[in-house]
Amino acid sequence: MGVLSRRNVLVGTALVGGGLMVGVKFSPDKRLARAREMLENPGENLITTWVKISQDNIITVIVPHAEMGQGVHTSLPMMLAEELEADWDLVTMVQAPAETIYANNALVKGYLLDGKEIPAFLNQPANWSTYQLGKYMDMQVTGGSTSVRTTGQYAMRVAGAAVKDLLIQAAAQKWDVPARECSARLSQVFHNKSKRSASYGDLAPGAAGMTASASPKLKARDDFTIIGTSKPRFDIPGKVNGSATYGIDIHMPGLKIAAIQASPVFGGKVARVNSGPVTGLRGIETVVNIGDAVAVVGDNFWRVQSALINLDVQFDGGGNESVSSDTIYATQVRAIEAGKRKSNVSSGNLDEARVAAVTTVDAEYRAPYLAHAQMEPLNCTALVEDGKCEIWVGVQDGLATRAAAANALGIAKEDVTVHLLPLGGGFGRRGGGVMDFIDRSVRVAAQLDGPVKVIWSREEDMRQGAYRPACVSRFEAGLDGSGKPVFWSNVHIMDEEAEAVHIPDSVAAQIIESVEAPTHVPYGPWRSVASSQHGFFIESFIDELAHMAGVDPYDYRRDLLGDDPRMAHVLETAARMSGWGGALPEGRARGIAVKKSFATIVAQVAEVSITQGAVRVHKVWCAADPGDVVNPDTFRAQMEGGIIFGLTAALYGEITIEQGRAVQGNFPDYKMITMADTPEIEVEIIRSGAPWGGAGEPGTPPIAPAVTNAVFALTGTRVRQLPLKNHEFG
Amino acid sequence: MSYQLTINGTSHELDVEGDMPLLWALRDELHLTGTKFGCGVAACGACTVQVDGVAVRSCSCPVEAADGAIITTIEGLGGPGGAMTTLQEAWTAHQVPQCGYCQSGMLMAVTALLAENPDPSDEDIDKGVSNVCRCGSYPRVRAAIRSVAQAIATQDATQDPTQAGATEVGEATSAEEM
Ligand code: FES
Ligand code: FES
Repeated sequence: MGVLSRRNVLVGTALVGGGLMVGVKFSPDKRLARAREMLENPGENLITTWVKISQDNIITVIVPHAEMGQGVHTSLPMMLAEELEADWDLVTMVQAPAETIYANNALVKGYLLDGKEIPAFLNQPANWSTYQLGKYMDMQVTGGSTSVRTTGQYAMRVAGAAVKDLLIQAAAQKWDVPARECSARLSQVFHNKSKRSASYGDLAPGAAGMTASASPKLKARDDFTIIGTSKPRFDIPGKVNGSATYGIDIHMPGLKIAAIQASPVFGGKVARVNSGPVTGLRGIETVVNIGDAVAVVGDNFWRVQSALINLDVQFDGGGNESVSSDTIYATQVRAIEAGKRKSNVSSGNLDEARVAAVTTVDAEYRAPYLAHAQMEPLNCTALVEDGKCEIWVGVQDGLATRAAAANALGIAKEDVTVHLLPLGGGFGRRGGGVMDFIDRSVRVAAQLDGPVKVIWSREEDMRQGAYRPACVSRFEAGLDGSGKPVFWSNVHIMDEEAEAVHIPDSVAAQIIESVEAPTHVPYGPWRSVASSQHGFFIESFIDELAHMAGVDPYDYRRDLLGDDPRMAHVLETAARMSGWGGALPEGRARGIAVKKSFATIVAQVAEVSITQGAVRVHKVWCAADPGDVVNPDTFRAQMEGGIIFGLTAALYGEITIEQGRAVQGNFPDYKMITMADTPEIEVEIIRSGAPWGGAGEPGTPPIAPAVTNAVFALTGTRVRQLPLKNHEFG
Repeated sequence: MSYQLTINGTSHELDVEGDMPLLWALRDELHLTGTKFGCGVAACGACTVQVDGVAVRSCSCPVEAADGAIITTIEGLGGPGGAMTTLQEAWTAHQVPQCGYCQSGMLMAVTALLAENPDPSDEDIDKGVSNVCRCGSYPRVRAAIRSVAQAIATQDATQDPTQAGATEVGEATSAEEM
């Protein structure tokens, strides 16, 4: 068993790196016992935590992330297979259960290596900042575009390379030749001198007695044969024939179905519930009151949801009944004017620059609350029995789910088992900081015998959101005689990651500050997090400066990015793709924007017209530099999806608050774009070789400003508050 | 009240309320969960099935309205043994799904569109497919539809074009090579 504990040291070492604070939290033996449960068939050898190789030469990669359509169940195995010199046709994957050994240790290292803070999306409502750093090891995160950047780079590739070395050693020993004379290719080890070869499957048992290198040599980019090639995703067939089982599809003997309603005023309590009107109705078993929500339990979702609507229940809003979007914006404006400011960026001499400026420009921007509206409404199936809890759910963070359930029930985390299922969309709503639906579901289950599937109606899902926060942001900038910005001053709501509010360094004097204006409205990470609203604000205001200076918006940006060749190249690429500056059809105009988020730089050009008084986007050109890319087709799909997600928000997205509650409840009043208003999208990927960036999020931020900048070019109307549907165009 | 439905070629007697939406009869009574719940108000198309050959949003179709009907769901779209239709194969070739949750409904809606109009224009597609895909697979949906329409157009004229992903009511489609 030496190799297994040694292998655990390998993984631990690889994950811990020089960062002593992370530590190896779990004893090798415990890792070993848990990891061994992953072995399904006799004859399989578990070689590392991350991969197993069966005797018939099938390599199964164990992926510690949930699949929500971002292709990570394929791209992570690709990274491992690359280093392992595996035959891709013989590679498959399983998703790791939400066990501590699969906690996303690599995530911690990824951020430590980048010299970054723990990302904002982990800092959201659950207030993770009170945790010790080591506790992050207890998170299994899919979000913040981290899978490839951290798990892939620091665990998958290292594990793959180490296992390859083991297999070569095993072959060398078997053949009694020096290991350096052996080579690996397509899931086989070769010894050319003696013309011998053996499959990984044959060598695997021998390798199980050997010592792995803690820091194996990784391949150079030029030698990649799998990374950078488009591979069909493992999860697609089941999504085409209807066999993919999402959380909402779970069925088991004795399963009850529940519909739930929480206080419409966020944070309120159930004041009174009278189950009389629904007692005895067909298929209705009981009504459960969990204090902040009620649930009707029965045998069919239509029956329980219909009964819930007829239930006689009153809520106590807890004093927030008078809060509205207007009062929230007013509070934010007051905070910006008089609140205590926290500085995020401060460089240069603002006072001097102010004097030097020939022109000053100021503007106030606003972005509304947004719901995630992931296609699969929130749901969670739970069984609470004998002080233990079992959960079936699609989430972005299995271990946070486990912790949330344990917390809600007052039991140990070890007594909670989470079965992770594919997600019908996440976009942040199923992430670690926003586990209200787990909390409520297990509290409903605790009052019942047997398993219960709690399903949120679309209306309940949308009105009990973890919204992208509404935000006001004020800017002031000064231009010199040539129109160049000499100072930039910004104050906005909520302290955010520097990356989200960053502007080009070429603006010598900068002050970027935040103020707090808390509300009772729950919020959470929403695809691209703070870069979604700040990307819109910043790239719009830069456009204002360009027009004020009388310079073409592309040229103006290009000039500002003089010190940043990588970003400038992405901008140039988008401009080139679109033929920026060329003649356009009558009634059309273009806008451009560029934003770096999650370490990926994306520039987009949007071509728009006004059709029947509304903005119509015809085409989007998108250039993206993620450093490098594992599965280009998947990356392209993420850009397409990110653009459509951001465009939906720019055109239509708005959750308004009235009387302390969310107004919109379903697609008729929270409109989604469909085939008919989807633009043509062209994507070009730039593999610059910079540190790997994300894929899921960075496509979203530039689209709103690219579109509104085009609207300005076309109409002269500067849109400073989204969504566009609230504006009238001639 | 008891209702008789033929679903994917199998006859079912359903003893449920007549106003129960077909969606919830499929999902919670028959445990055919390939058909998805997205909105419940006919606004997203995730629940699309075919009732007597017509694409129907099953969340808003009461069981009593489908009494005696022949129904095809995503589970019955392909041929026996899991063989996929031409359209499903195009979906795989174009890697259309992201999270995949909307795709059952998307495929059922497009299948019905192509049965009626094997070579739809962009406008026909825009009008005929109003399903919501929150992941934004629309460009690929369009590309996949086009590839199938092209395949039909170049097919031997003696072949029946409606076989390409289009079901005759109640019959499982034969899986063809593109
Ligand atoms: S669930 Fe039927 S249309 Fe949305
Ligand atoms: S693929 Fe996710 S909603 Fe369409």
